[in-house]
Amino acid sequence: MLGRFPALAGANLEVETGEVVLLSGPNGAGKTTLLRLCAGLLALRAGEAEVLGVNLAVEPRRVRRAVALVGHETFCYDDLTVAENIRFVARSTGRRAADADDALERVGLQRVAHTAHGRLSQGQRRRLSLANALVRKPRLLLLDEPHAGLDEHGRAVLADIVRSTPAEGGTVILASHELDLARRLATREVRIVAGQVHAATAAAPTAAPVVAEVEARA
Amino acid sequence: MSFLRDALLVAGKDLRIERRSRVALQQIVPFGGVVVLLFAFALDSDRTLLHQAAPGLFWAAVLLAVVLAVGRSFAIEEANRARDGLRLSGLDGGSIFLGKAAAVAVELFLLEVIVGAAVVVLYDVSVRGVVVLLCAAVAATVGLAATGTVYGVLAGGLRARETLVPLLVLPAVTPVMLGATRSFQAALDGVPGDAWPWVQLLAAFAVLAVAAGTVAFGPLLEEA
Repeated sequence: MLGRFPALAGANLEVETGEVVLLSGPNGAGKTTLLRLCAGLLALRAGEAEVLGVNLAVEPRRVRRAVALVGHETFCYDDLTVAENIRFVARSTGRRAADADDALERVGLQRVAHTAHGRLSQGQRRRLSLANALVRKPRLLLLDEPHAGLDEHGRAVLADIVRSTPAEGGTVILASHELDLARRLATREVRIVAGQVHAATAAAPTAAPVVAEVEARA
Repeated sequence: MSFLRDALLVAGKDLRIERRSRVALQQIVPFGGVVVLLFAFALDSDRTLLHQAAPGLFWAAVLLAVVLAVGRSFAIEEANRARDGLRLSGLDGGSIFLGKAAAVAVELFLLEVIVGAAVVVLYDVSVRGVVVLLCAAVAATVGLAATGTVYGVLAGGLRARETLVPLLVLPAVTPVMLGATRSFQAALDGVPGDAWPWVQLLAAFAVLAVAAGTVAFGPLLEEA
């Protein structure tokens, strides 16, 4: 529910380990809501959501520690530098400063490590969001419009991250309007329209454990 | 230990941001200075009244500082949705509360030193009962910071945050203002024995505010 309006009425989605699931659909369909729900930032009013085997309604903090969300905003502080922001994320999630430095290097932001977040370009902010997600070493990576603002090199870095995540035992759910780019990365596409989930490409049956299972009722 | 380490992490982050931006201090210190200076001119002919009013004026300046510091503390969490970043970190709500309240308390202590020095110089106040003054200042500051932080998170996610914070905080901290002013008055009058009961009240308020905040902050952060 967003305000008085059900954002995901009747949505039913199951994602298995190692999948890269693309959420597509028109603006306002409920893609961002679904991602925020899987990240443990929103609570279901009716229905059930289980992420990484944990019931979101019971233990949202446990879920949050194991997922990473790259959203429209960076979740960063304008007056802190890039290095300070990512080190804060690292320390608050129990990672080391070296992990933060590695993540910055992977997204190519070492050159601006001592620049304040408020002075970064849109693309640099998006890369910092990716680095903040990487440093958490998430089992489930949630990406909301990840291509927005990224240049060619940034998109290559993003593709590398998305492709390597399943190889490292993780799972990716991304929402995007850049469908050509996103479809190249995804193993399955799920279309969401007006809060309803429509499977555009069926997942091949596997023995992989279920990572996220959401059933939202009106 | 991890609880305290997380609190220190949050406090360090908030203080680093404030040191860099100096927004709160640039708003608070000039106001405190002007209040002290204006009353020094207005009551200059009546030194007795000036002495009597000094504790009240001092704490009135601190009270405004509470509202500004708390507002700033949560404004930085709203920009770029940093509040969601805090929630995603999985940090315990109690440790976030302690960290944010500690950062506000440090800012208030700094202001109290500056405004206190101005009061001593401009109002010709002779400082007596240093121990009781320090105890009262510490207990009052902790109580103000903790109460302000609880109401700050309550109003944090709302568009009317800047109006709501003073409306919520000012009535809630009235007992602190009363106790702090009376204890300072008694100490400066040279009868610290009369100040200690007020200091005890301030300490009790501070303990309650910190305990309540540690418990309530997490759920409030989720709901706001």
